[in-house]
Amino acid sequence: MNNEKLKQKRFTFTMSLLAILILILFIISLNMGVVRIAPLDVFKTLFGMGSPRDELVLVDFRLPRMLLALVIGAALAVSGAILQGVSKNDLADPGILGINTGAGFAVILFIYFFQGSMNNVSTFGILLMPLFALMGAVTAAFLIYALAWKKGIDPVRLILVGIGVNSGFGAVIIIFQLKMNPQDFMQAAVWLSGDIWGANWKFVSIISPLILLLLPFAFYKSHVLNLLNLGDQVAIGLGIRVERERRFLLLVAVALAGFGVAAGGGIAFLGLVAPHIAKRLMGPKHQMFLPVTALLGSLLLLVADTLGKNILAPTEIPVGIVVAILSAPYFIYLLMKAK
Amino acid sequence: MSENGFQHGHNTNKTILNTSISGAIILIVGMLSLIVSVGLSIAYGAADIKISTVWDAFSEFDANVASHQIIREIRMPRAIGASLVGAFLAVSGAVMQGLTRNPLASPSIMGVTDGAAFALVVTLAFYPAASLVGLSFSSFIGAGLGVILVFMIGSFSKGGLTPVKLALAGVAVGSMLSAISSAIALHTQVAKNMSFWYAGGLTSTNWLSIKILLIAGGIGLLLAMYISKSITILSLGEEVSKGLGQNTFLVKVLGIIVVLLLTGAAVSVAGAVGFIGLVIPHITRFIIGSDYRWIIPISAVLGALLLVLADIAARIVNAPFETPVGAITAVIGVPFFLYLARGERRGL
Repeated sequence: MNNEKLKQKRFTFTMSLLAILILILFIISLNMGVVRIAPLDVFKTLFGMGSPRDELVLVDFRLPRMLLALVIGAALAVSGAILQGVSKNDLADPGILGINTGAGFAVILFIYFFQGSMNNVSTFGILLMPLFALMGAVTAAFLIYALAWKKGIDPVRLILVGIGVNSGFGAVIIIFQLKMNPQDFMQAAVWLSGDIWGANWKFVSIISPLILLLLPFAFYKSHVLNLLNLGDQVAIGLGIRVERERRFLLLVAVALAGFGVAAGGGIAFLGLVAPHIAKRLMGPKHQMFLPVTALLGSLLLLVADTLGKNILAPTEIPVGIVVAILSAPYFIYLLMKAK
Repeated sequence: MSENGFQHGHNTNKTILNTSISGAIILIVGMLSLIVSVGLSIAYGAADIKISTVWDAFSEFDANVASHQIIREIRMPRAIGASLVGAFLAVSGAVMQGLTRNPLASPSIMGVTDGAAFALVVTLAFYPAASLVGLSFSSFIGAGLGVILVFMIGSFSKGGLTPVKLALAGVAVGSMLSAISSAIALHTQVAKNMSFWYAGGLTSTNWLSIKILLIAGGIGLLLAMYISKSITILSLGEEVSKGLGQNTFLVKVLGIIVVLLLTGAAVSVAGAVGFIGLVIPHITRFIIGSDYRWIIPISAVLGALLLVLADIAARIVNAPFETPVGAITAVIGVPFFLYLARGERRGL
């Protein structure tokens, strides 16, 4: 019992620490960038007393982008955690499995056929984009699941099939990408490797409610995830309808990834790294480790976005590229350690 | 693959003879089909050219005839380039699969192509005036970087280089290198030049690129043939190889040099054309068995044939626009990869 209390304490401590870190970073990030704004002016502006220029930069450009970074980070991290739990494979990630590429494919198709250019996506288009991303993600997930199915799902086969599906979508995307004009080509390429591009309030108001609705739902299913971890036999014995719950959780993970991609492009590895760190901090119990994963995901993506904006300024390095450079080595380390 | 090896471990003289006969037949048929396809590839294009004109361009070349010029300066190098690149990628994949005894080993999966593309971007970014020879050289170095990284991850990891680890290590190294290249490309604004390396294409092949291909790849092919017997033995297992008194380390080093030469040359000319190195060796082993003295030349011919045909398809599918040839090979390669991934005999 004492042990349980200790864990609870540790959970509260970690969560508050992460929240404080996010808050600090949020404020630092607000006053960094091509236009530097002093912390005092940041506060003034946020309370509606800043200069018009500061207001434009902060409220119209930086704030929506950072808010998006927070929700996308949480979505992808939790999506990865669920995928790892469901597939019982520590190396699962929506990016590696090809779910991101599937969503990206749908979005590229949508832009190619209905919008003409990456730069002037209409308001109606913004409304439809998450829907397309979701459909693409679900299609990819269905393909992977169906192709990996062979009297059940073997974790290794799932990953290999995912890699295959990933490169298949990648090849088709290239065909459409090459038909765009050179500027759009590059923009699409950047976006596919992860870039928070539609950073405006319209986007924030559409994407964040979707993600913020799904997250608590995932937390609510923690119990099921714990039981699935014990193995199918045990879970069935404890009265869980394994296959049904698994598909259902998979759908939640895929939807989270899809919405994340709609707003942030194909950010890979975040869904892998955040859950791993969280597991190290909190242990395998999903009630504690999922919320920590979500906050860690937000924090990491905000760090990556801030770094990307400032490290090679005035060039902005898209957030997905920063995430890949930072976390691919960690992934390789995990790979080398795995049996 | 290794199972195949054991089946053929107790070869009788009769089966050896059979292998030689069927190998020779496949080689001859393959070569003939290759010549026909190269002819078709030369004849087919934006300007309609008859097969008879193709023949004339060789037998009685006339510098004043436009179609003869097109054939000599544009279409011939392209068709020959396609066959060389296809052959090199296929042999490179065959050698990798033999050395690692890993059915998924192939240039595009092992981070080789991403490594080469990375080096090219770095070169273009910091030394924009680089010549074709300079670019080829840098793509060799990049290809080497990719292979060495993936191999190192494999050999330092617990439990060795299993197929799934190899694939994941390739993905990780690939996405890291391509992320860094994108960052550099964005910063230095060479982004537009990059599109080509990721899509793969043979449009800009000229006689100079053929020369580079022939020199680097030719050495690679000869070396591959030279070590083919040792690879056959190595593909039976490390212990077998050592037990038979083979210097396993030397064979591996030579094998890696072969892979570097062949893939580096291919990627520097055609960009990232995937899956040929994965698909062709499997098909070849399926036809001819596990003797690398036959697998290597037949892979070369079949790889050449596949890429020449894929290049023709790339021009037909959406004429008058060209579809990236890498996309065509992926259409063939992805289902094959999935088939392998689902396979029972993975030895994971």
